[in-house]
Amino acid sequence: MATVKYTKDHEYIRIDGDVGTVGISHYAQEQLGDVVFVELPAAGKSFKKGDSAAVVESVKAASDIYSPVSGEVTAANPDLEGAPATVNDDPAGKGWFFKIKLANPSELDGLMDEAAYKAFLDTL
Amino acid sequence: MGETHDGPLLKTPLHALHVELGAKMVPFAGYDMPVQYPTGVLTEHNWTREHAGLFDVSHMGQAFVVGPDWETTAKALEALVPADILGLKPGQQRYSQLLAEDGGILDDLMITRSSYKGYEGWAYIVVNAGCKEADYVHIGARLPSGIELKPDSDLALMAIQGPEAAAVMETLVPGIAATPFMTFVETTVDGMFVHASRSGYTGEDGFELSVQVKDAPKLWQRLTADARVKPIGLGARDSLRLEAGLCLYGHDIDTTTSPIEAGLNWSIQKRRRTEGGFPGAARVQKELAEGAPRARVGILPDGRAPAREGTVIKAADGAAIGTVTSGGFGPTINGPLAMGYVNRRFAEPGTPVLLEVRGKDLPAKVVTMPFAPHRYFRGK
Repeated sequence: MATVKYTKDHEYIRIDGDVGTVGISHYAQEQLGDVVFVELPAAGKSFKKGDSAAVVESVKAASDIYSPVSGEVTAANPDLEGAPATVNDDPAGKGWFFKIKLANPSELDGLMDEAAYKAFLDTL
Repeated sequence: MGETHDGPLLKTPLHALHVELGAKMVPFAGYDMPVQYPTGVLTEHNWTREHAGLFDVSHMGQAFVVGPDWETTAKALEALVPADILGLKPGQQRYSQLLAEDGGILDDLMITRSSYKGYEGWAYIVVNAGCKEADYVHIGARLPSGIELKPDSDLALMAIQGPEAAAVMETLVPGIAATPFMTFVETTVDGMFVHASRSGYTGEDGFELSVQVKDAPKLWQRLTADARVKPIGLGARDSLRLEAGLCLYGHDIDTTTSPIEAGLNWSIQKRRRTEGGFPGAARVQKELAEGAPRARVGILPDGRAPAREGTVIKAADGAAIGTVTSGGFGPTINGPLAMGYVNRRFAEPGTPVLLEVRGKDLPAKVVTMPFAPHRYFRGK
């Protein structure tokens, strides 16, 4: 089973070998409300951990999505342009944002696992 | 004006009902207000366009301007606003603006002439929540002796909006559906006094209902008991009014904008344009004659990315020509939309412009507002 880690900004990264799939948590989509537009990074773009990597817009506001790790983008979800509401409907699955090749896998150690993230949500 | 406020948040008389309904509450103009209910902004927006939405707008300021007769009261108000108040018929209301001496807009408001025997000298005004304290000071200081401003904090206000709003109201008050746009009737629902005006802030047909604070929860529940009615939060209120091309004070109009720049010429009737006699008349008359240096316009992005308030508007050659004052996503038009001010040379519908969003110049064009057609009931 793939490992999933979370940031305090409510991004998740699902690890599969040296590639991570990044999206936002169920809690985050609930807080944002109806997603109407997603701006995604192009493949080949490099980010440092914490860089603004994508933008998600609801009816009311725009929010930055930060890269949970450093690395190079290998793919962006092609389905979100035509169906941004997928982020609300299936954030952990079909609503993923982009895939990133990990430059430094040890960065994952600083992220929360499922249990820690759940505990973090309870404090909000 | 702003959404910021010092001190504890105020609550409307319907606050407990919003919380009970599971609304997400946010601070707005000093009040703790519902931004959306559990179904979300898109669903609420579409419900209002298709059925009937119920809005709590009790944070707005309701007041009476009271003089000995209509002529005296109307003349006092005409010294503050550019609309023809003297010419209002009993029971009729008009949209206008409180203007500063330089022609800037201090607030926008509704002014209604009373139709009751014994209350001939009364005007009812509704002002923005964020401006109400300043408005009351401004108005109070400028009324001549013998005319009094009476803010009424014992009144709540709710709006029922949408194509089914009139049919819903008709079940409570038979005959009310015949009330034309921008007039009101005074009526009772289960013994509750209700001032019902055919107006709103969504572009849809509907009513704004002023009711005593003690009766507000009961009237709200009477209305939501009808399956055609759902509660709607501030989020959808904003997307609805934006599609309708209506100004939000503090964003699309403020002390730096004149009513002519804002395209509110229609709210200044002919006699007032000619005679003047209101604050800022010189600027308003000059801009009417020569055109204002900039104009509020509708803008439709070609792509799907919304351009938010503050976005720089550029000409095709990249020169900055204006700023977006409201922008977002319109569920009814199913795409992004914006309004803002541009140099008047670029105000013609069809003019291509660029919107600078996150460092990129996105193509867009100037369009005629409203984005979604107004569907007011103007009488038969």
